[in-house]
Amino acid sequence: MRIARKHLRIRCTRKSFELRRVVDRTARIGRGDILLVSTMRNENIRLPYFLQYYRDMGVSHFLIVDNDSDDGGPEYLAEQPDVSLWRTGASYRKSRFGVDWQNYLLGRYGRGHWCLTVDPDEFFVYPFCDTRPLRALTDWLDSGQTRSFSAMLLDMYPKGRLADHPYQSGQDPIETACWFDSGNYSVARDPRFRNLWIQGGPRGRVFFRDTPEQAPALNKIPLVKWSRGYAYVQSTHMLLPRVLNKVYDPSGGEKTSGVLLHTKFLDTFGAKAAEEISRQQHYAAGAEYQAYAAGGGDAVELWCPWSERYLNWRQLEVLGLMSQGNWA
Amino acid sequence: MSFGVILLVHADFDRAAQLVRHWARGGCPVVIHVDRRVKPARFDAFAKAVADLPDVLLSSRTACEWGTWGLVAATQRAAELMLLRFPGVGHVYLASGSCLPLRPVRELVDYLAARPDTDFIESATTSDVAWPVGGLDTERFTLRFPFPWKRYRRLFNGYVRWQRRLGVSRRVPGGLVPHMGSQWWCLTRATLSGILTDPARARYDRYFRRVWIPDESYFQTLARQHARVIESRSLTLSKFDFQGKPHVFYDDHLQLLRRSDCFVARKIWPRADKLYAAFLKDPDSFAPRAEPSPGRIDRVFSKAVDRRIRGRRGLLMQSRFPDGRRSDPMTAQPFSVFQGFAELFDGFEPWLARTTDARVHGHLFARDRVQFNDDQGTMAGGLSDGAALRDYDPEGFLMSLIWNTRGEHQCFQFSPDDAQAIAPRLARDPNAQISVISGAWTVPLFLSRAQIPVIRKKVAHLQRVETAYLGLLRAPGVKARARIWTLAEFVEAPMEHLHTILSEMGGGRVPPPMEVPRMVDLTGFDRFLQDLKNQGLHPHVVGDFPTTGSSGWPSGDTSAEESPGSVAHS
Repeated sequence: MRIARKHLRIRCTRKSFELRRVVDRTARIGRGDILLVSTMRNENIRLPYFLQYYRDMGVSHFLIVDNDSDDGGPEYLAEQPDVSLWRTGASYRKSRFGVDWQNYLLGRYGRGHWCLTVDPDEFFVYPFCDTRPLRALTDWLDSGQTRSFSAMLLDMYPKGRLADHPYQSGQDPIETACWFDSGNYSVARDPRFRNLWIQGGPRGRVFFRDTPEQAPALNKIPLVKWSRGYAYVQSTHMLLPRVLNKVYDPSGGEKTSGVLLHTKFLDTFGAKAAEEISRQQHYAAGAEYQAYAAGGGDAVELWCPWSERYLNWRQLEVLGLMSQGNWA
Repeated sequence: MSFGVILLVHADFDRAAQLVRHWARGGCPVVIHVDRRVKPARFDAFAKAVADLPDVLLSSRTACEWGTWGLVAATQRAAELMLLRFPGVGHVYLASGSCLPLRPVRELVDYLAARPDTDFIESATTSDVAWPVGGLDTERFTLRFPFPWKRYRRLFNGYVRWQRRLGVSRRVPGGLVPHMGSQWWCLTRATLSGILTDPARARYDRYFRRVWIPDESYFQTLARQHARVIESRSLTLSKFDFQGKPHVFYDDHLQLLRRSDCFVARKIWPRADKLYAAFLKDPDSFAPRAEPSPGRIDRVFSKAVDRRIRGRRGLLMQSRFPDGRRSDPMTAQPFSVFQGFAELFDGFEPWLARTTDARVHGHLFARDRVQFNDDQGTMAGGLSDGAALRDYDPEGFLMSLIWNTRGEHQCFQFSPDDAQAIAPRLARDPNAQISVISGAWTVPLFLSRAQIPVIRKKVAHLQRVETAYLGLLRAPGVKARARIWTLAEFVEAPMEHLHTILSEMGGGRVPPPMEVPRMVDLTGFDRFLQDLKNQGLHPHVVGDFPTTGSSGWPSGDTSAEESPGSVAHS
């Protein structure tokens, strides 16, 4: 495992040569600041709300890798006072879906900081997030010498066809994609990396009904107090060293955890699916996009009579999707 | 007569200065001890910030590492200075930079003035309290602890193990009885100076220097030597979780803190601006109140600790995953599994749904698709009727279903024709109420009027599967509540058995059902069984079904594919 970890670190250094610095404001990062790391491609429409959401939460600086966008997103990002931007035209797949680039940025700028690694369609929710800033959580984690925090990916979707609800820039995507599946997830433990694998949800229900083993993983560990030698292995599903993956209690108790509201399923999804199928840059050659296209493209409906409408973190806590643990 | 405050500070100096001002404005002399590990520049800035206050002094500094003697030494220094410099002080209140006064200082002054001889210090013998950080209740007084736990954890643990092996046992000096309690106390001048000027103090100090977490036992033990009236509780509301980590208060605790009527609370998150603003403002907005009553806060925190230690039964999720060794993953609540009933009774499922409040599913584990009640394509929580999804993780499927329908009793049908992967899990689950009419699966075959040679293989297979299932249910260590009848036994008194099952589902005796389900017509069934036997197939799981016909036991059936197992007639 140690060798695997060294390998990942070397690999990300090599891959870092693919990154071209566009705007570097990292000198403004202060001691103890909370950082956000993200990789994106053509997500301009989502950016205003995304940045605002995390600024309000208490993120001080954004470290963003732009993978060859042509929608004006990089220009918008470059203007932001709290964003440092890198650009690359290299292959997303060959960088292992952005992990190498992220590991590089985290290792270079993240050490000693709490770092949140999320995609532009992921919105972090944690216990008491409506009354306590993110710093309250990280201080509390610090006091218990906890270095990693789990937040499962919760797929959000609208009622009716995806194309029926056009998303406007700056809008809260949860306004339309406000439904989710509250309890159809399968959980298994990975003996090698000791993380949990979670699958299922609406994508399992609709796209992977007959091939559940191919359904995308929903377990994520996006918030880490970064330290020398840490590395994400696959997306933010798991890390090395393995102790960071032990975000669960095997003896029946509940550790504190959050949720990433995943707002991928907006009206923009159809176009994205078409593009990604042709680019072949996604995980497992985008099995999900294929399944989506096979399922009838825009006509796909994820909503079902048992879908739950999103209210707040307390609701997710009661449903058992996340836990406040012993944080009261 | 007023009281003085000793403030131990090591970080968040803006908040500390705010607190000092608040205490001083209330008329309390303050002696501040700043951890010596704080950098000089920081210390100087802080000293400057409180320099204008007349009755505020800074004591000489010592390093205060958690769990070590430093905290006691710091308190001693500050207390000596307090008693020396402020002769008007009747009580001394020990507080930290993250302790926030919740009630006006004036109220605390009055409260203490009305109890001039009382020492408020939580002080209990080691046998009486189960202290949070486990394993070191008595041993913290009988072993030596020269290494700080936070920095040298391995050394700490190793030294403890080594002492245990050697049988080290320190003697407590001078007839002291070790007491422990919250480190935040309020002592009278008499008691405090008694402790500080005790002729044996050097000996006591030497002993406590190597005790584990002496700040929770030094004053707590010695107060017993000097106090006249001990009120064994702390005036500071301070809660610890199961790991000995203090609970922290945030802005959203404002109402909870207000209603607690406690004088001081800790720990306050340094950035809880609303709390500091609300409680450090001038007192006119406060109404006079009663004795502290931290009950509600206690409940909030103990609920959280329970959630962390025990968690919610029946829940599998990202941060709760019982591994089956230390804790068996079991379902959230009781559910019922019926085998053979739908085969024997016409319209059994609708009847059961009408008779009970339960949700009655069909065969949840049918091979082709999940038969949710009313033929729904999805179920609570978004569970799908796809068989592949279910079979990918059958245990997870069942646990999710029971979790998603908390508060509603679930029933489902099971048969040897279903996917059997869930069977061992059912037998292990204390929440499973399993009722089996063994051999009832022969009834639909009988009703189909199929030729025996056609169904021969099927009969053999189903019997094999059911026998294996019954074996699971009869194995030692089964936790499920299983009732097993052979078909022959069951048809003798069907209503009696059904009533027993309904009573168990209802959690006690229930009146016999108003409506009786209709049993299928079994005329000729005995002949069917006999025909099976004649073909060399002994359906032993059916039991000894009474024969009405004439045919005897034919010879030459010893080629039975199934040899009657021990389970058949037990």
